[in-house]
Amino acid sequence: MAFAIQFTIDVLSLGGAYALMALGLVIVYGILRLVNFAYGELIMVAGYTMFLASGSGLPWIIMALLAVVMAIVFGILTDYVAFRPVRAKSVTAVLITSFAFSNLLQNAALLFISPRPRNVPLPEIFSQTVTIGGAITPVRNLITIAASIVLLAAVAFLMRKTTLGIAMRAAATNFTMARMLGVPANLIISSAFALSGFLAGVVGILWIGRIGTVVPGVGLEPLLVAFIATVIGGMRSLPGAVVGGFLLALIDTTLNYTLSQDLLKFRDAFTFSLVILILLWRPQGLIKGPASGQRT
Amino acid sequence: MKHSYLTALILIAVILVIGVGSQLLGIRLYDRIATNLLISLVLVVGLQTFMGNSGLLSFAHIGFMGLGAYTSAVLTIPAQMKGMALPDLYEFMKIVEVSPLLAMLAAGVLAAAVAAVVAYPLMRLSDAASVITSFALLVVLYTVMNNWSAFTNGPRTLFGLPKTTDMPIAAIVAGIVVIVALLFKESRTGKLLRASREDEVAAAALGANIPHLRWRAFILAAFIAGIGGALWGHFITSFAPKAFYLKETFLIITMLVIGGANTVTGAVAGTVLITVAYEGLRSTEGALNATSFGAGQVIGLTEIVLALAMIAVMILKPGGLFPNREIGHILTRARRKKEPAP
Repeated sequence: MAFAIQFTIDVLSLGGAYALMALGLVIVYGILRLVNFAYGELIMVAGYTMFLASGSGLPWIIMALLAVVMAIVFGILTDYVAFRPVRAKSVTAVLITSFAFSNLLQNAALLFISPRPRNVPLPEIFSQTVTIGGAITPVRNLITIAASIVLLAAVAFLMRKTTLGIAMRAAATNFTMARMLGVPANLIISSAFALSGFLAGVVGILWIGRIGTVVPGVGLEPLLVAFIATVIGGMRSLPGAVVGGFLLALIDTTLNYTLSQDLLKFRDAFTFSLVILILLWRPQGLIKGPASGQRT
Repeated sequence: MKHSYLTALILIAVILVIGVGSQLLGIRLYDRIATNLLISLVLVVGLQTFMGNSGLLSFAHIGFMGLGAYTSAVLTIPAQMKGMALPDLYEFMKIVEVSPLLAMLAAGVLAAAVAAVVAYPLMRLSDAASVITSFALLVVLYTVMNNWSAFTNGPRTLFGLPKTTDMPIAAIVAGIVVIVALLFKESRTGKLLRASREDEVAAAALGANIPHLRWRAFILAAFIAGIGGALWGHFITSFAPKAFYLKETFLIITMLVIGGANTVTGAVAGTVLITVAYEGLRSTEGALNATSFGAGQVIGLTEIVLALAMIAVMILKPGGLFPNREIGHILTRARRKKEPAP
């Protein structure tokens, strides 16, 4: 029983974080059909903001807010630097500019801060543990679960009930049509980037809360996770991203428990091979998105 | 067709000039840089055969280079050194020791074989999904290299490769690869593939089996990457798996993209340009570190400048410096314009 609870909490907390990461990537992808390679660096930005703010003596919650705001700012900056100037030209061009922008941010962190890991301030509660039904669990896992439930609900509400959300979904379904009906294209795209940055910021705090330190390459793993989760779930569908995130967490956790120590080192290789198999079976991903419209 | 010969001639002349020039100057550092450039050229032109013709971005290329480097290492490290360099190697492999040339071919063949198996399902994907899966493939290859200690000595540095790559060998391989890339581009497969790059639906309607065409190009690219990896391994003689990851991927993609992914000329031009810029920036960085007036080490400056250059090129010239036509084609057209047809 204790094992079952442990397993469930592990899957849910990891899955919650993964789902948020994937969601942040898909929100941009859904509208632009373009992958944002600099997405992981938004998480890095959130981490370094926390590190830089740690000397200021502000309460932790303010620092966290600041980190999220910076992630949003950099999300919008990604749009202005890497996407807007080349958006209309070619898909490859945008993939490359966002890849270059990601490299730019990483190396800026290397140059101006440090290649070595930096400690991030964390409140006491992140390192405590509680016992639920015989299973010892870090409180941060429960926080992650709670945060992901709240955020997923909030995003669902935003996308379904507000004008902005409906406009964004319209743009994701058929961008040209949405523009003809008066949806301002640039505003919608920037909002998508802002929302993506917001999710990255929150995930960044939760994710770095697990590790405790931030390095320039910290965004790589979340980026890969988001990639894989979206590919599994369906590149175009928001619920797909969430499903993909939880499924990937289930796979990862199961492999963690079942693989022997020797094979565990190859876990990433197993996970990614599984992704290839899923794509073989369903190239669209598990959940199909809205009917495809023309890319802008 | 004539202009293809002209292109091949010019590009080989460029390689010769680089090779001979670096020798004439007689500075050891330039010899190293030239050899490095020629090896990069092999890799970038190899990537061009897939990326340029199919129009799909591939991140996995460096992974296949790593595969080639390790294959060649396992085959060529002298038997008496293997106990030290690769303590966990399987018994039957410990006595194997072949000539570097043979090992280089084996490296290419193995990389191509692995590519043939893993890439077949991936070639059905287009756009973002294909990019993401190629990224995933890079991670898989890296993870395997980092952890399969028996063959790769794990994340630790593998040493003891005989140093057999020098400038002339690199130049010869680079020349052959350029010719192969040009031949492939003009072959039936290459032409159909380029048609699919321009318009997937129309090419498929004309009967092009797009996944199969892409698959062939991918195998060729992996083969060249494997050769390039072996070449590099015998030049550098000791390396660790992290030499085959994102930083190098970024570098060769920058080279290809700034030069122009669609043309072999672009691949060559980009490689030369970026290598020169990279070495220049590196030495600036070194000089800055030597004077040490700032606080701490200057690292990452080179990459920042390259990233900015890449974004600028993409904004101003999304196709790179040579977006569509090979150098030979450009020259014949220019001449034809000057003297109207008889």
